[in-house]
Amino acid sequence: MELIYGHPKSLKPIQTKYCPGCGHGVIHRLICEVIDELGVQDRSVIMNPVGCSIWADLYFDFDSVQVPHGRTPAGATAVKRMLPDHMVICYQGDGDLAAIGTAEIIHAANRGEKFTGIFVNNAIYGMTGGQMAPTTLVGQKATTAPYGRDPIEAGMGYPIRVCELLATLGGTKYLARGSVDSPANIRKTRQYIKKAFEAQLRGEGFGMVEILSPCPTNWQMKPGEAVDWVKSDMIPFYPLGEIKNSLEEAAK
Amino acid sequence: MADEKRLMKGNEAIAEAAIRAGCKAYFGYPITPQNELTAYMAKNMLDKKRIFIQAESEVAAINMVYGAAATGARTMTSSSSPGMSLKQEGISYACGADLPCVLVNVARSGPGLGGISPGQGDYFQSTRGGGHGDYYHIVLAPKSVQEAADLTYEAFDLADKWRMPAMILADGLIGQMMEGVVLPSARDPASLPKKAWAAGHRAGTSREANHITSCWLVPEELEQNNIKRYRRYDEVKRAEVRFEEVNTEKAELIFVAYGTSSRVCLGAVEMAKKLGIELGLFRPISLWPFPDKRLAELAAKGKKFLTVEMSMGQMVEDVRLAVNGKAEVLFYGRCGGVIPSEEEVLAEARRILGK
Amino acid sequence: MTEKTFMAGFGGQGVISLGMLWVYCAMKEGLEVTFFPFYGAEKRGGIARASVIVSDREIASPLVTSPDSCIVMNMDSLPICEEVAKQGGVMIINSSLVKNGTMRADVKAIEVACNDIAEKIGDPKIANMVMMGALSKVTGAVTLGKLEAVLKTFFPESKHKFIPLNMAAIEAGRAAV
Ligand SMILES: Cc1ncc(C[n+]2csc(CCOP(=O)(O)OP(=O)(O)O)c2C)c(N)n1
Ligand code: SF4
Ligand SMILES: [Mg+2]
Repeated sequence: MELIYGHPKSLKPIQTKYCPGCGHGVIHRLICEVIDELGVQDRSVIMNPVGCSIWADLYFDFDSVQVPHGRTPAGATAVKRMLPDHMVICYQGDGDLAAIGTAEIIHAANRGEKFTGIFVNNAIYGMTGGQMAPTTLVGQKATTAPYGRDPIEAGMGYPIRVCELLATLGGTKYLARGSVDSPANIRKTRQYIKKAFEAQLRGEGFGMVEILSPCPTNWQMKPGEAVDWVKSDMIPFYPLGEIKNSLEEAAK
Repeated sequence: MADEKRLMKGNEAIAEAAIRAGCKAYFGYPITPQNELTAYMAKNMLDKKRIFIQAESEVAAINMVYGAAATGARTMTSSSSPGMSLKQEGISYACGADLPCVLVNVARSGPGLGGISPGQGDYFQSTRGGGHGDYYHIVLAPKSVQEAADLTYEAFDLADKWRMPAMILADGLIGQMMEGVVLPSARDPASLPKKAWAAGHRAGTSREANHITSCWLVPEELEQNNIKRYRRYDEVKRAEVRFEEVNTEKAELIFVAYGTSSRVCLGAVEMAKKLGIELGLFRPISLWPFPDKRLAELAAKGKKFLTVEMSMGQMVEDVRLAVNGKAEVLFYGRCGGVIPSEEEVLAEARRILGK
Repeated sequence: MTEKTFMAGFGGQGVISLGMLWVYCAMKEGLEVTFFPFYGAEKRGGIARASVIVSDREIASPLVTSPDSCIVMNMDSLPICEEVAKQGGVMIINSSLVKNGTMRADVKAIEVACNDIAEKIGDPKIANMVMMGALSKVTGAVTLGKLEAVLKTFFPESKHKFIPLNMAAIEAGRAAV
């Protein structure tokens, strides 16, 4: 899956605590590659979420701010408003963004806050051990959906397509969905991240890139099977591509 | 017939006891170290066709509890420290509206995100009415898996009896460890108390509309309401104090500790005995109401107290208030998720006694 | 009688089921028990450790800080156990994975080649059971007389065919010490 030659400067050369086959590590790398390419390492701030990437501050060699679970976009709002010339990255999992932090993301997006969201959708609560997430697919098993997600009988609701949901908000400018299941998709995801970061540097917002990401541990699959499951089950439900692009550049 | 003894995790025993106590609706949000409780509820409440919802946050979960309690149902939520902080708003409202419900805190170490290891730093928050306004609620602290089950079961009765939330303040050790437990038998739903004040089922009755609210905009009315509630608190203080004593009569120095740290102290008491040193243990089981009268009696007998907590010192303030200057009250604590060892607690007691 | 055991190994070695079965059997033999697995945020393939106590009296602290017996399932666990082992206590070492024995001269070290023995019986996954047999023989704290019945409730129906294999591992563990 490695596509780039050197180790990104802004990513510390240490082994991560992530499980084998986890998507978080690849996504960290993509972020850092783009940060390096744009030359903004010394003015980047990442909002550390509460989730498996809780230790992101160990890996990213730039400033970080951690806020309570789900309040990540609220924190990012203030950081970006105080540091408007900085690159502010709001890194969130699906539980963080689409459950406990639903209000925060909707209102930050609707205000058109000028930070960039990186939304890691692994359809599960990774850190707490595999509970149902808002993005868990119908029928997918979780410790709190022991018989599989059942939207009607058990009243567990339907998986939320976050990009599509946010697309209706006036404040959102750029919403894209990528995946880390194949080199080609990783490359595309990198392009989305770059576009979103560049937009932020131009002062355009709100932008977010959702990334479909395997969690072999809590899906109880081998790393290879997990990647296949992203392809066979997640992508059909969460279509890849730019869901909304009303950046000035696109208008030209 | 009593159940067979089973080997269970504290988290699971709490869940099963709640189900047997007649809990009709459970609302939770994942957080370590109480996840087994939520997972157990997901499976078993659904199997029993009762209500289980994984809420979008603890704020939502406690408000769901508020709603369920308002209809008169036995209801519960569980979480761990950071999640309990989020619930405080809802708890204040439930107290203000006199709604019975059960709250479980499988506490971890803080402040902030802190760590996921066991802690006792939520004592103030739990016993002082952690949200806004004038209120208290019952707080019970189990020391074992058996007691976690028993107190949870009882908490539902106490909540209904006194029309207030009842909290189980456990910690990560009690939640995660396995011990033998004999579970109380399942309550017959027909035997549960009827709640004439609850919302719903008015059809066919001739009663006035019931209003569940904590809102009183006329100052004198709110004041009267609060005073009435405080009279009830006085009754609770008379009726519901619970504690355990070990060797307090002979002891020169008495440990005061609850939950996990009380087990550590019990070990120190036993080790001391082998060395010919008489130590005692006073273990509050109800943290609110706090067993202050009995502590004052022991103080009057000239005992010294060493409060041991997995915090920087919180319950020790209640011990000092109870003793009211009549005895020396010392403190030994570990925090951050560190559980003190029997050896270090014993060493501290010996240092104090010079033995 | 109180037997405090500290068990250590890596995730997947069955340290947790070893502890659970040990206390399950002890409970069925009428003893008081506590089993406290260390839980961490890094549960992924990392260390597995547990504090395990069986006693004929009420158990005080569930945390084992001065173990009567230590179980060392892999190399990484050796220094951890050496740090806590009680003077005069026993340390049962899985010599299939821990080659050089312990430096602690004040404990009774017993070596059992759990993985090799398990493999000979037919399944490397039951090394933990070999260890449990050894622990039972060495400490005498739990006879494991009720293990067969316990395994029937512990395993789902579909795995009952493995029970004889597990019982053989227990016997082999006993015989190895
Ligand atoms: C108030 C509060 N509630 C619950 C938690 C426990 N918690 C930690 S991470 C997490 C969910 C993580 O899931 P997700 O956001 O999808 O991230 P992932 O681990 O999957 O990357 C939860 C519920 C917490 N830290 N704070
Ligand atoms: S649990 Fe899942 S999301 Fe967390 S590190 Fe492991 S694979 Fe990644
Ligand atoms: Mg997730």
